[in-house]
Amino acid sequence: MIRALPLLPLALLAGCGGQPTDVRQTGPDPQLPAQHQTLVPPMKIARPEAWGDARPTVPAGFQITALATDLKVPRQMLVLPNGDLLVAEGKGGHAPKLRPKDVIAGYIKSLGTTSVKGGDRITLLRDADGDGRPEVRTTFIDKLDAPYGLALIGNELFVAEQGALTRFAYTPGATRIATPGWQVTKLPSRINHHWTKSLAASADGTKLYVGIGSNSNVGERGLEVEEDRAVVWEVDRATGAHRAIATGIRNPTALAIDPATNALWSVVNERDELGARLVPDYLTQVRDGAFYGWPYSYWGRNVDPRVHPQRPDMVARALVPDYALGSHVAALGLSFASNGGIAPQYGEGAFVGEHGSWNRQDLAGYKVTWVPFARGRPAGQPRDFVTGFIGPDGKARGRPVGVLFDPRRKALYVADDLSNTVWRVTPAATTAAAERPRPRG
Amino acid sequence: MALDAAAPVRLHPLHALLLAFPVGFFPAALAADITYLNSAEMQWSNFASWAITGALIVGAPALAWSVLRALPGKARGRWIVPLLLAVAWAAGLLNAFGHSRDAWSSVGTTGLLLSVVSTVAILAAGWLAFAAPVRGGLAR
Repeated sequence: MIRALPLLPLALLAGCGGQPTDVRQTGPDPQLPAQHQTLVPPMKIARPEAWGDARPTVPAGFQITALATDLKVPRQMLVLPNGDLLVAEGKGGHAPKLRPKDVIAGYIKSLGTTSVKGGDRITLLRDADGDGRPEVRTTFIDKLDAPYGLALIGNELFVAEQGALTRFAYTPGATRIATPGWQVTKLPSRINHHWTKSLAASADGTKLYVGIGSNSNVGERGLEVEEDRAVVWEVDRATGAHRAIATGIRNPTALAIDPATNALWSVVNERDELGARLVPDYLTQVRDGAFYGWPYSYWGRNVDPRVHPQRPDMVARALVPDYALGSHVAALGLSFASNGGIAPQYGEGAFVGEHGSWNRQDLAGYKVTWVPFARGRPAGQPRDFVTGFIGPDGKARGRPVGVLFDPRRKALYVADDLSNTVWRVTPAATTAAAERPRPRG
Repeated sequence: MALDAAAPVRLHPLHALLLAFPVGFFPAALAADITYLNSAEMQWSNFASWAITGALIVGAPALAWSVLRALPGKARGRWIVPLLLAVAWAAGLLNAFGHSRDAWSSVGTTGLLLSVVSTVAILAAGWLAFAAPVRGGLAR
């Protein structure tokens, strides 16, 4: 509920109290109910609350500790060859408020996020003895512009800021890079409604893939500002030249290479305000030349009536994504298991970080799930892996963003941009006497 | 100010000013809506959205004032103006929510119809309020 807000009576107008008898919206073939546009979109914001002595829930046989707290809006992470963990911190976007809705909805959504200002930096965490308590914590790179995606190729560190892909020279063992970066290519940054620039390096290290989100929910800022948006770019590492390998991919918030097949995968956030059970966010292999429908259609050829002029020719081209994650879960993190995974039952598959919903009355997301794979394809329903981000009082303790599996440590890191924490999940046996985390919100 | 009970009494100048805003804004929203539907150019829908919001914000005290003005009276038809204002305002509120939807759904047929209702009602209310003042009593 939008409790304690003056907009409470609007919930009636939204006609949103009742939920449909639940529909299966995960897996390769989600059920897609009829579109349901309401006068006021159902908004439910889980208000933040400190963790206190609580901590996220992990399956039996695992433990979770806070590797670092008091970060400044941690998003995506990268493990360096020596085991150091980099954490990109920041908050971007400079979309002007064009109409009253932007003012009101922006305010309501801000109630569910941290009040901490984005760090615009990368923090390094070194836990050389692997006890879950970093011995070294430094500001690795400073004065960035909303850094998000990170990738390392050889000794070149690539950082996807909200307006540029930047390369830094990395010296193994370094705890700080003071030398300015070199701009590989500018990235589309006008308006930056969806500002996050996700990043992955190809398996052979010659290409970088950059996920660039749309500049609107469904074209309500005009389609001319959507040029070079809702795409995945392939950037040549040597020249900085780029081409769009996938289009109509609304907001590809995390990219990752499946180590088993070297294929590029992405988690993608789909559109809002068509109903509580539309449209499922998805996990998909990013196929060269694919068009995923946005804004004209979703999940293949389901036409979105809000886009004018309509484009039946584009709808006809729209590809069905591989695997639905559920509507409004806001998947922001993706990391594949490798080297046997965190435990035998998690040997092949991917972890997905779900930031959590605002556009439905029953909260969705706010957890890390595991999508099992077999022979390079998703196989079976997702399983909850880290939960408990919503407390028994319905308030949010944390919101998962990036997830990162470290195959050498057999650890899963989870960036939480609400409590500004990086969580570390490990098999219970490997580390004795886990510290109780005390993150501050 | 007229003290003759039979003399026409004009609206209080502030009341008139408040009323002038929705009288201007609702037709402006209608014109913007029509232009949006003809052009699919989002900015016209945004203009309409702000115009409707302005009409609601300034129209609310104008509506309240007209109700307070009608309450003590006895004249037949004294409720016509408040009623027309209420219709324009209620249609405008629905339309403001409608205009908060994205892209084509921000206007569409429903938005156009609501803008027409608001425009007709506010023009009629304005006409009557300015032209046929309540008889008897000071401006208020």
